[in-house]
Amino acid sequence: MQENENMSHEHDNDEHHDHAHDDNDTIEHTHEHDDDEHHAHAHHEEGFIRKYIFSLDHKMIGKQFLIYGLIMLFVGGGLALLFRWQLAYPETPELEGGKPAKAAKPLPIIGPSQKYIDDGEVVTRADKMWERIFDSDKAEFLEVNMPSGFIEPHFYNMLFTMHATIMVFFVVVPILVGAFGNFLIPLMIGTRDMAFPVLNMLSFWLAVLAAVVMAAGFFVPGGHASAGWTGYAPLSVDPQWTGVNWGLNLWAISLLIQGFSSLVGSINYITTIINMRAPGMTWLRLPLVIWSLFIVAILLLLAFPVLSSALALLIFDRLAGTTFFTSTAEGGGSALLWQHLFWFFGHPEVYILILPGMGIASELVAVFSRKPIFGYRSMVYAMIAIAFLGWVVWGHHMFQSGMRPGMGAFFMTTTMLIAVPSAIKTFNWLGTMFRGSIRFTTPMLHAIAFVSMFVIGGLSGIYMANTPVDVYIHDTYYIVAHIHYVVFGGSLFAIFGGIIFWFPKMYGRYMNDTLSKIHFWLTFIAFNCTFFPMHILGVGGHMRRISNPMQYEYLQTFEGMNLFITMSAFTLGFVQLILVFNFVWSIYRGKVAEKNPWNVNTLEWEAPTPVPHGNFAQIPNVYRGPYEYSVPGEESDFIPQAQPEHAPASAGD
Amino acid sequence: MLGWLPENISTFAQGVDGLFRLIYWITVVVFVLVIGTLIIFLIKYRHRAGHRAEYIEGSTKLEIIWTAVTTVIVFGLAMLSFPQWNNLKSPAENPDYVVQVRGEQFNWYMIYPGPDNELGTEDDLELENELYVPVNKVVQILLTSKDVIHSFFIPNLRQKQDALPNRTIDTLKFRAIKTGRYEIPCAELCGFGHSGMLGYLIVQTQEEYDAWVAEQWPE
Repeated sequence: MQENENMSHEHDNDEHHDHAHDDNDTIEHTHEHDDDEHHAHAHHEEGFIRKYIFSLDHKMIGKQFLIYGLIMLFVGGGLALLFRWQLAYPETPELEGGKPAKAAKPLPIIGPSQKYIDDGEVVTRADKMWERIFDSDKAEFLEVNMPSGFIEPHFYNMLFTMHATIMVFFVVVPILVGAFGNFLIPLMIGTRDMAFPVLNMLSFWLAVLAAVVMAAGFFVPGGHASAGWTGYAPLSVDPQWTGVNWGLNLWAISLLIQGFSSLVGSINYITTIINMRAPGMTWLRLPLVIWSLFIVAILLLLAFPVLSSALALLIFDRLAGTTFFTSTAEGGGSALLWQHLFWFFGHPEVYILILPGMGIASELVAVFSRKPIFGYRSMVYAMIAIAFLGWVVWGHHMFQSGMRPGMGAFFMTTTMLIAVPSAIKTFNWLGTMFRGSIRFTTPMLHAIAFVSMFVIGGLSGIYMANTPVDVYIHDTYYIVAHIHYVVFGGSLFAIFGGIIFWFPKMYGRYMNDTLSKIHFWLTFIAFNCTFFPMHILGVGGHMRRISNPMQYEYLQTFEGMNLFITMSAFTLGFVQLILVFNFVWSIYRGKVAEKNPWNVNTLEWEAPTPVPHGNFAQIPNVYRGPYEYSVPGEESDFIPQAQPEHAPASAGD
Repeated sequence: MLGWLPENISTFAQGVDGLFRLIYWITVVVFVLVIGTLIIFLIKYRHRAGHRAEYIEGSTKLEIIWTAVTTVIVFGLAMLSFPQWNNLKSPAENPDYVVQVRGEQFNWYMIYPGPDNELGTEDDLELENELYVPVNKVVQILLTSKDVIHSFFIPNLRQKQDALPNRTIDTLKFRAIKTGRYEIPCAELCGFGHSGMLGYLIVQTQEEYDAWVAEQWPE
């Protein structure tokens, strides 16, 4: 059926109303959409609210998701810096044969002065603030969690819980899937908008609602969720174990809403990619980033409902007295049920976080090596294999959980198998650079960082997949290092590279290249200084999620390393301000970009800059694959997908 | 990097460090090869004026080679790991001593069966955060929890096992080969007191241990 549709498109292409839109109309009969339709080619003036707030345009929704994700990136990162401070300057208790006892250091700026701590004398402005907080009876939040600027254990648990929750659900997925997915899918497959623009808008505003609910959790009595982002039962079930009541309810409700947002988005992506590709855009002519987003949309569609149902059961347990995840001696549910449900969602989720990054990196590596992707088909098959294997490896999070050890052997084997498609992808990226003509543009630097950091993150995964070794490094900083090499070293570098690469199409201007390069190098160095030593902490047996390593004799040797990590983390955090400044400044003041500044083949660069409502003056015809670079016998080193066959050799704009 | 591993004092987990070392060297070699190739490519194939990239779409032969090689390596590793895993996570046969351990926010309670060798009887002895064992003897731990999930972690024994409420896990066992005092942290987030939930494993000579037993259960 797909082929027929494409054929008919090719014949009807010259018509003013192409089929993609007619098909679309039969699905969607909203007024707004008809409106878009008739004015697709005219300059249709929309009101401010329609254009910037409740927009139906996929490009605007993509940008909204991008800015949403970047704001949340700073919230999540800020939380991490707070707990990193605690790890660098914790209290050293008196231990037999340990280091001499030492008091914790209060937070900078918002912490009180030494004089205030010692004899209650108000010296600085921060002292005054703490004095006021202690005098008032309303501000129980800060009083409970941060007595005079020290991070207490309960508050510490809340910080890392929310850091991970925000980074996973409110930063990486919204940017990779929400921002890049929305912006790129219609442009790269050559259509005017998403299949369901209203659902698309709903997806964004549900995400905003989820963020508001999540933020509200910080201000309820008892504080926010503090059972880890994995929310293991029974710790998460009964407020008596953590002292957290509505914080955890709001956490669960917010994730439920975020689940709906993802669901709506993924349905939209799948429908759009299947039905609305431009004539000639066959499956094997799809750019790899679209393939990755397509696979991720399927994963989201199948995985998120599992989390949603687990969250619903958790809410029942908390509010309605059911016992799905708790038990008594007489019977009841099972604590392990939560882990099975959570990780059955959670592992595909991890691939949701990395696959679009792989897609973006593939685009960048091909474009800036001026070469076709090495082994396009095996790249696609490898992504499908990773997505498939993602469903049968969840037990590797549970090797020490009390799950039957025999299952461990099965999950070890499936997990190790993931090394195969990952290796295929890595070797193909290298193959793409082989005999290329590599341009070291800033997006390319990010792509190279992605590949090399992904290699480290992938290799460190083998240790944990290996059950006997995992017994030791499970729940240590080794896993913290691993996840950050994959999700920060992988996904975030891809995100930064992608932002700089598509910025000219998004905003019609370049980002400042000097600032981008400074940002890249500082980020790259600070990232490695922050996260590489965590491997060593893990080998030393340093548990994750402990607020004070100095309480353990065998971890006291790591005091200096923890301090170094914190210094690097603060550097890493502050360096990101360069990116934000560059991003905002460039929107208004950046150098104006031409239509196809990087000489790329894919369809998004066929659209005028800035891209108008409706994207293309005329839906392009696709004549070839997306990576026809440096074709022998052609004068130009790139042939856009939409350029007709046997065109004069002077290809270009 | 492996120098950071705490001293290994377990007979059951001696193989774990060997496996750790093997994976370490495999990953180091792979890392050096991949990153080395990457750097060589970046230098050699950097853009130069008048030089054009070569149009290469891929190579089925190479794809088959690296798929096969990776598959063989990971299956080999898995094969090597099965016996170790089995060794670590199977219930002890004829243990010399059995101790029940209960995690409870935020302490480890060690319950000794006493002279009658049966748990749940009157002569049981419950200790807080102190686990006394004799050297070179197989000790089986019956692990449980009173409230939430805890994780019994003895870095020097390379052992770790989650403790679940209303379940007793019998797969944890060890034979310590060196006397001394070792830490037993909790490795699974269990609430605000998680950091600092800490017990001690005290490995004694048989004579010291027998004296300790005589002291605890005077005839």
